[in-house]
Amino acid sequence: MTFARRLVGFNLLSAVILGAIGYYLGWWLGHQITGPSLDYFGDTGQNDIALYLAYFVGVVGFLIGLGFANYPVQRLLGRPPSLREKEQAGWTRYISLCTDHKVVGIQYLIGIGAFIFIGGLNAMLIRFELLTPNQHAWNGNNYLTLVSLHGTMMMGMMTSGILGPFANYFVPIMIGARRMAFPRIEALTFWLLMAAGFILMTSLAYGGIPTGWTGYEPLSDQANLGMDAYVAFFALVGLSMTLLGLNMLVTVITMRAPGMSWGRLPMFVWGTISTSVLMALAAPVLISTLLMVGMDRTAQTGFFNDQAGGSPYLYENLFWFFGHPEVYILALPGMGILLELLPVFSRKPLWGYRLAVTGMLGIGLLSFLVWQHHLFVSGINADVRPFYMLSTELISLPTGFIFICALGTLWRGRIRLTVPMLFALAWIFNFLIGGLSGVFLSDVPSDVTTHGSFFSMAHFHYTIMGGLLFAFFAGIYYWVPKMTGYMLNDTLGKWHFWIMFLAFNSTFGPLLVIGFLGQPRRVVTYAGYLQGANIWVSVSAFVLGASMLLFLVNFVYSLVFAQVPAGDNPWGSKSIEFQLPSPVPVHNFDRIPTFGPDPYPYGEGVAGGAVQRPAITPARPER
Amino acid sequence: MSRGTKLLGVVIGVAAIAALIAAYVVFLTHGPTPYRPAANGTTVNLKLQTVAAVGPKLSPNENWVSYLVDENGTWKRSTVWTLPANATVHVTVLNYDGQSGLRNPFLAQARGIVGRQFTLNGKAMSSINPDEASHTFAIPDFNVIVPIHGIADDAKNQCEFAPCDPSMAHDTITFTFRTGKKGHYRWQCFVPCAAGFVYGFGGPMQTIGYMDGFINVV
Amino acid sequence: MWSKYGHGARVAALTTIGTIIALPFVIFWLGPNMPPGKSTNVGDSQVFDNTVLLIVMTPFTVFILVYVLYAVFVFRADVNEPLRDGAHIRGHMPSQIAWLAITTVTVIFLAIFGSAELLSSGAGGGQGPHPIAKEKNALPIQVIGQQWEFTYRYPTYGGVETAQLVLPVDQPIAFHVTSLDAIHSFWAYELGVKADANPGVDNVAYVTVKKTRSFQIRCAELCGLWHGYMFDTGQVVSSSQFTSWIHQQQKLYAGSMKYLPPYATSYTPDPTFRAG
Repeated sequence: MTFARRLVGFNLLSAVILGAIGYYLGWWLGHQITGPSLDYFGDTGQNDIALYLAYFVGVVGFLIGLGFANYPVQRLLGRPPSLREKEQAGWTRYISLCTDHKVVGIQYLIGIGAFIFIGGLNAMLIRFELLTPNQHAWNGNNYLTLVSLHGTMMMGMMTSGILGPFANYFVPIMIGARRMAFPRIEALTFWLLMAAGFILMTSLAYGGIPTGWTGYEPLSDQANLGMDAYVAFFALVGLSMTLLGLNMLVTVITMRAPGMSWGRLPMFVWGTISTSVLMALAAPVLISTLLMVGMDRTAQTGFFNDQAGGSPYLYENLFWFFGHPEVYILALPGMGILLELLPVFSRKPLWGYRLAVTGMLGIGLLSFLVWQHHLFVSGINADVRPFYMLSTELISLPTGFIFICALGTLWRGRIRLTVPMLFALAWIFNFLIGGLSGVFLSDVPSDVTTHGSFFSMAHFHYTIMGGLLFAFFAGIYYWVPKMTGYMLNDTLGKWHFWIMFLAFNSTFGPLLVIGFLGQPRRVVTYAGYLQGANIWVSVSAFVLGASMLLFLVNFVYSLVFAQVPAGDNPWGSKSIEFQLPSPVPVHNFDRIPTFGPDPYPYGEGVAGGAVQRPAITPARPER
Repeated sequence: MSRGTKLLGVVIGVAAIAALIAAYVVFLTHGPTPYRPAANGTTVNLKLQTVAAVGPKLSPNENWVSYLVDENGTWKRSTVWTLPANATVHVTVLNYDGQSGLRNPFLAQARGIVGRQFTLNGKAMSSINPDEASHTFAIPDFNVIVPIHGIADDAKNQCEFAPCDPSMAHDTITFTFRTGKKGHYRWQCFVPCAAGFVYGFGGPMQTIGYMDGFINVV
Repeated sequence: MWSKYGHGARVAALTTIGTIIALPFVIFWLGPNMPPGKSTNVGDSQVFDNTVLLIVMTPFTVFILVYVLYAVFVFRADVNEPLRDGAHIRGHMPSQIAWLAITTVTVIFLAIFGSAELLSSGAGGGQGPHPIAKEKNALPIQVIGQQWEFTYRYPTYGGVETAQLVLPVDQPIAFHVTSLDAIHSFWAYELGVKADANPGVDNVAYVTVKKTRSFQIRCAELCGLWHGYMFDTGQVVSSSQFTSWIHQQQKLYAGSMKYLPPYATSYTPDPTFRAG
């Protein structure tokens, strides 16, 4: 097909056009809605209903433009569905609705990557502001918007940060399936996330977001129109998360190949399962909370307004009931990748498989029981605090299981320090510090000083960035050769790792101290004696940003210019995806494989090790 | 695709991204230039006006309340001012806005100004009835606060959109404060005067250029 | 001699040596210097708590760091040499049980210890309207958070409201923290007090300051545009200085006292209170 012919039809271009039409249609509709409780629109000059409708009708238009309505409409009309979405070749698959789980995985990788870089840019701008307490780089309200956009974008995107790219690509392969249970929903989760990210960026045009990523009421009720972008963003992210989680669970439950019993699932799949359970259960709470916020902002309901019979505590509790499982949604996939990579690069079986699975499921279960530790000093009933202190500290038990299994896997192995392994080892170090700082925060007397300070911020950056993001890069260096067929440059990778690791610790280590020394979060000015420390942190943050640019250089150079072929198994892994060609062919396997008893058949004395070799004839990769 | 085409593509991509980032940074730093009133030795005169609705010519949000400053005869919606250190600042505020009332009546008592008294339409006093407050001018870092009395609801010839001229209904408040050391200080209104926003503190009350600003003491 | 011992013994030895080196540093230098400092009774409690936490964490941290570094150096294989597998160890039940037992005991100890510290003095945190760790004869001071300044009311001195916080030394103080609009948080850093200011809620926090000093007050909950600027400096002075200061404030603010509502532990600001 010619380039022009490819462009016509349902793809990103038609989606953007229909999305824009939908936006204006929604905006117009919103202005037609009037009522006595909406009189205040005249004073504020801000019609929240119009913006919400603009966003949602815009998203509907966007999805129709991509072709999501094609299958239902064609079936309703009694026609056979078009197979454009099952296209098997061509670069246009990546900018359209494509039901190949591998294409969705790569779409996720690029899409989430782009938004993470935008979030990271905001972080650099925040640190630039914090170089001095008395001079201000960003005009007025823009600093708070930067803080809010950074946090919101990162949290929204990183929840699917590993499940999106890697679980979508590899979980079907690891369980021996050719596809996910609901391929079209899989594609939907991706495009919802992209629409959401774009919507969040438009908040800049509407006055920004003053509340940080937590969106506490009543400040979020007061806020300008930009707050509606936040509500719409998280609502769409919540929907995407719920669908992604459910899809993963149904796939793993129903589509495992013969021989793949629950006790033989790779750790990455177990990580995905525990994350998916949390996603499916916690994200709907977020969506309902945001619905209430939207109603407070438009119809003047009083859910979170104590004078109207509601309570700001209701928001705090609802948000953190989602928020705490959310952070374990961020942590668990990283643990899955860690325990998946360590056996490969230590050439040993996973130590304590059952203990590790117990750990992951235990973290998932306990994560629903701890949320009030975010409210320790907010005036909740003092009697409940010891319970939540206990439950929060108990989470360190299953986390400890993960650690001991990781450590056990290193014992008497033959450790190859490849770039993915370096990132996995750094995970252990970073999550150790993150977890220990979490113990301080879980202890109420200690939390009195550290709540709402940079200590708390450094804690979650150590666990989320030091844990999840490092695991994300481990996954990238490990799996991108399989996904694309090209190796990422090893030297650049090592430079990236070392600069990132050292700069990361140089940025967030001192922040633990700065928090203890009395600097609250989200402030634009601070006590003079902390300026030296803040300058150190800002400069380290700029170096950290530079390491990310180095990664981008590596990524583009290796995949676009150098294109060193990776071969089928660059790491000598015995996992099934590395027994397939790189990149994995469209149909995954010629014949559905039969799995052997050991997901990690390494270790001296294991005959051949590869009881897991699937019965396939490797097909030549399709381009 | 040849290597050359790929390189060109990458260069164009990088240039586009760099341009977007530059535009973003410009957008974030875009703001008014600070106004520096003329200084007479260590005495500075600052003439301000507060209006009920700033009007379409001065702002995209025409119904927002705002402070305006007299910059050499023209009224500008600018709230970032540069003042000399250790100076005496005489402030005149012409208030064209109605009464909103203070949420915390404590803030109706003037603090931190010279002589602890301000004049309201010529009469010297140190506090007003909090229910009659229209705005306040406060610099919390200097512990300065002055309540701005509002015009009655039934006053004749009320100003609709800024800039307002003295023939319309207004109250005149004058006071003097001293600036201290060099630094960067915020000032704000404390009356919940942002109509339509929850607690009256959204919109113009949280946007620099309306009811909040900075004082750069140099 | 070193090679006589197996890997396990070596790691255990290194861990023990590391812990022995680190612990005195933690107990005698790091612990006592932990924030928020020892100016108040709750500050003491927090510093002690932090010290115990550090002491408990030290062996675990040393063990994991020593172990990982040892493993990475000793069990390392070169990337270029032919691929050989490591030992076939799939688990070791005694280690798992030992780890489970040690960590469980540690966690339960920390939870009980933390609760004990918390219930003894409240640790300076906001306990809500019905505090369980109370102080008798506490001087009540209401901290009112509003966008974007803290003001303070002294109900036992006629309900006078001031813009500065001055406290008498050696006197139990009950902070009643409330808000008139958004959620703020009253954080008196050097005193070790933090209590969120929620509209319509009375959040009580107790402290007794042991020496005269000045201290920082910062807002610790994002409350809008000037959240970062919502800071103050408080003073702790002798009782006689405090009495003379508060009488001076009463005279100074007699004008506004006429208009203040009667003292209540929380107020009910109307959120729709906006310009007509």
